[in-house]
Amino acid sequence: MDKQNEILLEVKNLKKYFPITRGVFRRVVGYVKAVDRVDLFIRQGKTLGLVGESGCGKTTLGRSILRLIEPTDGEVWFKTGKGKKLDITKLEDREIKSLRREMRMIFQDPYGSLNPRMTVMDIVGEPLIIHKVAQGKEIEDRVRTLLKIVGLNPRYMRRYPHEFSGGQRQRIGIARALALNPRLVIADEPVSALDVSVQAQVINLLEDLQVQFNLTYLFIAHDLSVVYHISNRIAVMYVGKIMEVGEAEEVYQGPRHPYTEALISAVPVIDPDVKPERILLQGDVPNPANAPSGCTFHPRCRYAKKICSQEEPPLEDIGDEHYVACHFADDFSLKGIRQF
Amino acid sequence: MLKDKRSRKKNSLAEPVKGEAYIQLVWRKFKRSKTAIIGGILIMIMAILAILAPFFSPCNPLKIDQHASFSPPQRIHFFDDKGKFHLRAFVYNLKLELDPQTWRRIYTEDTSKRFPIYFLVRGWEYKPFGIPCKLHLFGVPKEGSIHLFGMDNYGRDLLARIMLGGRVSLSIALLGAILSAFIGSMVGTISAYYGGITDMILQRIVEFLQSFPQLPLWMALSIAIPATWSSLYVFIAIMMLFGLLSWTPLAREVRGKVLSLREQEFVLSAKEVGASDARIIFKYLIPNCLSHIIVILTLTIPWLILAESTLSFLGLGLQPPMVSWGVLLQEAQNLQTMGRHLWITIPGAFIVTTVLGFNFLGDGLRDAADPYSRRR
Repeated sequence: MDKQNEILLEVKNLKKYFPITRGVFRRVVGYVKAVDRVDLFIRQGKTLGLVGESGCGKTTLGRSILRLIEPTDGEVWFKTGKGKKLDITKLEDREIKSLRREMRMIFQDPYGSLNPRMTVMDIVGEPLIIHKVAQGKEIEDRVRTLLKIVGLNPRYMRRYPHEFSGGQRQRIGIARALALNPRLVIADEPVSALDVSVQAQVINLLEDLQVQFNLTYLFIAHDLSVVYHISNRIAVMYVGKIMEVGEAEEVYQGPRHPYTEALISAVPVIDPDVKPERILLQGDVPNPANAPSGCTFHPRCRYAKKICSQEEPPLEDIGDEHYVACHFADDFSLKGIRQF
Repeated sequence: MLKDKRSRKKNSLAEPVKGEAYIQLVWRKFKRSKTAIIGGILIMIMAILAILAPFFSPCNPLKIDQHASFSPPQRIHFFDDKGKFHLRAFVYNLKLELDPQTWRRIYTEDTSKRFPIYFLVRGWEYKPFGIPCKLHLFGVPKEGSIHLFGMDNYGRDLLARIMLGGRVSLSIALLGAILSAFIGSMVGTISAYYGGITDMILQRIVEFLQSFPQLPLWMALSIAIPATWSSLYVFIAIMMLFGLLSWTPLAREVRGKVLSLREQEFVLSAKEVGASDARIIFKYLIPNCLSHIIVILTLTIPWLILAESTLSFLGLGLQPPMVSWGVLLQEAQNLQTMGRHLWITIPGAFIVTTVLGFNFLGDGLRDAADPYSRRR
């Protein structure tokens, strides 16, 4: 297998259950299955877009991969720069610290993710200090270069985060993530808090950086049009489970899961003459503490049959690494999108 | 003007632009509150008076003059007994007479002896940092004396003693409050950051300490200080006592603040990059609570001034020969003495002023402490 197609990150059967406790003795009465048996992989230099509704466990999945949240069960295999394959879930804290250089995160909230008491220089230089990569003047030079890379004027490096706009702050967050030359970047809804024009700028920046530094992204978002632009592959998540994974084009133009179809139909189309046919999902997202039996999507699925409420469909490869968790994946011809 | 502007602009291009520091933002908001400014000025005056006490007092606070026991405050005059105006203010000498029936001492102004008040005069010697110095802000010629606040039982100048006492009262409260702020912020931060069992244990300790009635506890503990200790040791012991018993409200408040901070993404971002717990606490959590800590610190100081005065007044805190405002008020314990010599309650006025000053300042700081609150 040539270097470009190498799998950098592979998530196998990852679970994160939050216990629900009650009473004085903290008796466990149930679990919120935020991430439930998730399988994923990302190839070196590619982008996997992870989409789903709010509260479906996207962020928990991202954080569990980095062990910011301890996963309950499962494996996360990461290929380090030295070519060693490590299961992150089994590592000691000290071993993880060295791995944190290679896997970084971009956070969702550009207001909350920067320490208001530190200057930009301190924020971006912090990873360099913690990992003892640079010292004194070196840090300043490195920070200056990083700020230039993300399109900020290094003159402002002594300023505090509150003096910047949302987009600029997100660039600071990106500079911080790039400080240690990572190989994998988990971007947790990096543009959701920004307005549309700034979103485009930040996405273009992320795309440029990917080419420049051969980065691999796990791009978490709830906006399909945003994900479409940056992703090579797309994973659709629903109530802690992966419903469909495949090449971006394939998933968009020929979705094989009814939930994906519904999501895609909700994407606004710019052409005013096109009357989009919206698929309105009935009901609410189920409570992850009490997920429906069988296929979690069946109460809202318009194609649901008897089997759907009884048996849970496995995530199966239907060809060309296109995985779908639906009993009738091969039977439907679902509507995708021709153009964006 | 134009040239000046241009050169400044050029300058800013060359140098990195420095951000508006947090302090500046706080100051801008703080300035708007008039009471806070007044409080700040009051405290500055008190601090200057205390630090430069010998310079401001024309009399030696330790000099005893048995013949002038409880001599009343001398009035400053501009007009003499003949109604003539003098540009240089003066005081009259006080003449001691004994009431033949009650044997009470009666002081009357002896208008035959006038002592004009001069500024920056040479008087009794004091030694700041071991350098002998005789300069005083004001004073009268050597043959006379000036006691603007009168004398105490032993014939010592009350003005000089109040300023000397201010040093002790203010420093014991300040040091006690700093110790309390240190313990309180550490306990609060650790309690909230680690949570779980650590939080449980620390919070029960806080509750245990808070469940004692304050004054009896202080009294009991201050009685435990050995009477044989020197003044300095007693001072340190009382200061530690205050520090060790007054941190609980601060710990609670800091805990609440840290509980909300630790859920912020910037703390997560520090964890994500692999920062140690100590680094997260000292670089992320405490700096973000610092405004709260400073506010509570300024509000703890007046509380401790009052506590020290109370204990000393009751004879349980600092003891003479150490001088503090509370010790000075000990003389006012006897109602009869106080009734006859009302000026011995003047230290009380200083306590009230200082406490008010700190409370004004603290309230102003509380409002100014979070300059970002409106911007969001």
